[in-house]
This record gives sequence, structure tokens and C-alpha cells, in this order.
Amino acid sequence: MKNALVNLEGITKSFDGQMILDDLNLYIKENEFLTLLGPSGCGKTTTLRILGGFEKPDKGHVIFEGQDITNLPPNKRNLNTVFQKYALFTHMDIAENIAFGLKIKNKSKAYINDKIRYALKLVNLDGYEHRMPDSLSGGQQQRIAIARAIVNEPKLLLLDEPLGALDLKLRQDMQYELIRLKNELGITFIYVTHDQEEALTMSDTVVVMNQGYIQQIGTPENVYNEPENAFVADFIGDSNIIGATMIQDRLVEILGARFACVDEGFGENKPVDVVIRPEDVELVSPDEGVINGTVTHLIFKGVHYEMEVMANGFEWLVQSTRMQPVGTQVGIRVAPFNIQIMNKPESEDEEAVGVNE
Amino acid sequence: MSRLYGAVRKFYIALIFLFLYAPIATLIVLSFNASKTRAKWGGFTLKWYQSLFGNDIILQALWNTLAIAFLSALIATVIGTVACISMQNMRRSTRSLIMGVTNIPMLNADIVTGISLMLLFISIGIRFGFGTILLAHITFNIPYVILSVMPRMKQLNPSTYEAALDLGASHIQAFFKVVFPDILPGIFSGFLMAFTMSLDDFIITHFTKGPGIDTLSTKIYTEVKKGIKPEMYALSTIIFVSVLILLLLINYTPRAGHKKAR
Repeated sequence: MKNALVNLEGITKSFDGQMILDDLNLYIKENEFLTLLGPSGCGKTTTLRILGGFEKPDKGHVIFEGQDITNLPPNKRNLNTVFQKYALFTHMDIAENIAFGLKIKNKSKAYINDKIRYALKLVNLDGYEHRMPDSLSGGQQQRIAIARAIVNEPKLLLLDEPLGALDLKLRQDMQYELIRLKNELGITFIYVTHDQEEALTMSDTVVVMNQGYIQQIGTPENVYNEPENAFVADFIGDSNIIGATMIQDRLVEILGARFACVDEGFGENKPVDVVIRPEDVELVSPDEGVINGTVTHLIFKGVHYEMEVMANGFEWLVQSTRMQPVGTQVGIRVAPFNIQIMNKPESEDEEAVGVNE
Repeated sequence: MSRLYGAVRKFYIALIFLFLYAPIATLIVLSFNASKTRAKWGGFTLKWYQSLFGNDIILQALWNTLAIAFLSALIATVIGTVACISMQNMRRSTRSLIMGVTNIPMLNADIVTGISLMLLFISIGIRFGFGTILLAHITFNIPYVILSVMPRMKQLNPSTYEAALDLGASHIQAFFKVVFPDILPGIFSGFLMAFTMSLDDFIITHFTKGPGIDTLSTKIYTEVKKGIKPEMYALSTIIFVSVLILLLLINYTPRAGHKKAR
């Protein structure tokens, strides 16, 4: 892709004979907030380390601003990394930590001091210059790690699960903070996480990965509402994934009952997978439903109730603000545009390869 | 009941310290005894210390001891630290194997180490003297350095080195600016431990020294064979006190090396 800030071309990497990344292709546009999302071992961190220069790919090229930087060491790359466990220099105070990169580049003292003040202001930690890293909370340490990276004015900031060690509330605050930082700085962020909520909240583009392959690339809405395969549907959010048969265009048979949908072009009488999000399952009175079932479980989740409904041999996960007690007979209805049809993978391998073509 | 229990506890501890330190206390007291016989107290004196420091042979031995302790500790510290850095980058299984191999000489009986070093020096034809003692001391000091640097090394967050590279530092800069300050307390206490071990050693020195050179411990040994002179009590007291001071230093440096948050 032209005009991309970064191009990963055919990246292949294995450790001890175990394939981690297999022919990965990805481009990252300037000023994009791109998230690599996947379970542990999916290759997302390896991809980030290859970008940072800490690992060399076995095959393939990393193109950064039009130049091949595959063999460039980390200290020669115009990008910076925020590490998972902050990696602050514990024997230096905050100001020395932030100044580290600038001192190496022999910047003037006045310039460095300006930058330290600017960076601390940016991460809302004015006046922390002479504190030691150990005396800061996890969230504060993470902000310093970010400040230390951005004073070097990188074109690209790599973030390796930077919020992984923080508690839930702090994590949510930091998510907004990161979005604000990115908008103020106007630089490209590549963010690695296994937390789908984080990915959906912050990203412009989400890249879902599994077993070294890209499963789907899209906007957060896109990967949530239109997952391209069962892995993506299952990994992002809760979902009902049911084997079904596409009867004809816009008509699908699920568990023996026919539902109207909006998808076309799958062929006739073709086995498919359907994804229905639990919040899209409507519970109605038995005579109004397409299929009928019985509520078997009920949990109060705060925002909504979560119920399980046994209907036609499948346990449907349902989220609704309206509670139905266990044992109630209910009808199930789903709006046509809420039924997402996916091709059935023919083998596990194909499931892993997914949309990489 | 609890008061009795407390008293028993104190008595027990006192007993342990008595057993541990009574011999040394006797030695220290005798070193200040004006009477030449051990049997009776002839009043306080420093004359044994005086005659000790007037004795050129003993001063030469002291100088040898300190020079060997310092040089062997320094060289062992460099070798041991470099070894730790490379061990840190090994796979876990190789690392624990190497770690085990480096630990064995510490558990090995000194006399075995001494004799084998002596045989080695003879077989490659090195002349016995200062050099052979130094080599021997470096050899037995390296494991102690590794033992004290390695835990520090393991505590390092591996990302800090990479973070330094990421911020533009070269490998050398990253090591000296980021890794080295973090493992420095370990290196320092390794050095002191090696220094103490070297100061302390008699058996290995005895087998590797050859004629014409003596350290304090071998000097004391030869003197004692001729009959114990009170100067030797004074000398032993000095050795004990210096080792004690070194040990206190070793135990308090790791914390001192850790800057407190302001």
C-alpha cells in the first residue's frame, strides 16, 4: 500500500522450529491507532518486537517511511516502545529517565529541560521530576514510560500491553488518556493487547490475530458486528455461534427453524456458521417467537441480565435489561440484520488462515 | 510462666554465643596480656602489637596477604561478572548446568582444591610464588562472585536493557548506563566476599605458595610450629577484626546501594 507509514511484507518468524508468524502482511497508515488483538501466543508481541528491532524476521521485510529497516538495530529506528512492565530505570529519578534518550542524542540542557517539563505536563505529572520510579504507582510509572518515549518525537509509538498490570478502573482512565495523547501528539500508535474491550475502545483499526495469522482487519464496529469467522466472533465479545444451513439468499435455517437475514451470495443449501450477539436475541412470548425455549439460567450483571435459554437443543446466551425468571417459556426472535453469516471452515488450518489471502 | 520462658530463651541464646565466641574472646584477651604465659593475667599491654608491627617479616606477609586479596578479588570480580552476563543470556537448562558446575568448587574440600592446583602448576611448570597464589585465589574466588552477582542479574527487568536500546543507546551504553548500576551492589558485595575469602585462606595458599613467600595465615602457621608467641595472638586478633568489618560491610551494602525514594 502506498502512503503507508509502515509496511510489513511477508514476515515469517519461528522460534525453536515453532512457527510464530507465517507470511504476515500488514500496512499501517500515518496517524492511525492500530491494535493487534489476539490470545497469548498469537504472534502479536513478536510482530511488535520485529517492528521495534528486537527480533529479526526469518523472512520478509519491514518498510518504514519507504525504507527497508529489517536489519536496522533498535537504536537506529525512528520509533519508540512502551514496554509491558514499564521498564523504568530504577536508579535514576523521573527527570533522568525522561532525559535518557535526549542525552544520548547530545541535546542541549535547555532543550532537555523544556522537553521534560512538556512531557510531564502532557501525562499530567507536573512536579514529579525528582521522584524515584519506585515511589510512583503503577499508573504513574506507565505515564512516565510513555513520557520517556514521546520526548524523542518518534514517528511511531509501539505499546506492548501497557495497561496489563493496572487495575480495572485505572485501565479505563488510561484508555481515555491514551486516546487524548495520540490526538495531541499526532503520531501513529501500534498497540498490542489481548483485551478486546481495550481494542474496541481505543483503536481506529483492529487487527485480530490467531496462531500467527491475521484473522480480520477492520474498524472496531466492523470486527464486532461483522466477524468474518467463528474465531473472531468468539474472541470479540460474547456470541452465539451456531451451525446452520443457508437455504437461499436472505433465508437461513438455524436449528430447524427458518430466519430471515440480509446476507446473499452463499449459495443454496450451503452449511454455514451464524453469529448472533446475545444482546440481539429478543425474548418474546412463545407464540411470537421463531423458536421456543425455556430459561435455564439467570445472572444479574449490573447493566443487564444474562440468561441462558434452552431452545431446539442449543443453549442460547441472551442479554437483556428485562428479566425472565428461570423456567419461563419464551419465544426467540432475531432481527434479520442482526444475523451474521460466516463461511464454515473446512479444517482447523483453514480456520487459522482465515482472511489472510 | 512466660517470664520463665523468656529467661530460658535468653539463656539459650547466650549459651550459643558463648560457644561461638569464647575461643575468639580468649584470643583477644590474651593478645593484651602483659604476661608471657597463658596461665595468668599480667596486666594490660599493647607491646605485642608493637613488636608485631616492628617485625619486617610479618609486615611483608601482611603486605602479600593484602595484595593477593585485593588483586584476586578484583580479577575474580571482573571474570565473574562477565560470566554472569553471558549466563543470563543462556537458555534456562544450560544456565542451571553452568551454575551447578561453578558452585562445585565452593563445596569442594580446600585441601583437594589446594593439592589439585599444586599438581596443575607443577605439570605446566609455573614457578611457585606470588603468581601461583594469585592464580589459585582467583580460581576459588570466581564462584563467590557469581553467587552474589547472579541474583541481582535475575532481578533485572530484561526490558530495561531493551528500553535503553530503544531510546537510542548502543549496546555498550545500555549496559553501563542501565544494567551496570542495577547490578553494582551485587558486584560490590561479590568483591568484598572474594576479598574476605582470600584473606581467610590457609590451606590452598599453603599448597600453592612455594618457599620464600608467606601470607599472614601461612606465617602464623610456621610461627606456631616453633612455639606460640603472643605476637601471634595480636596478629590473629587483627585478622579477626578486619574480617568482621568486611562481613559487616558485605551485609549492609545491598541496602545501602538501593537509593531510597525521596
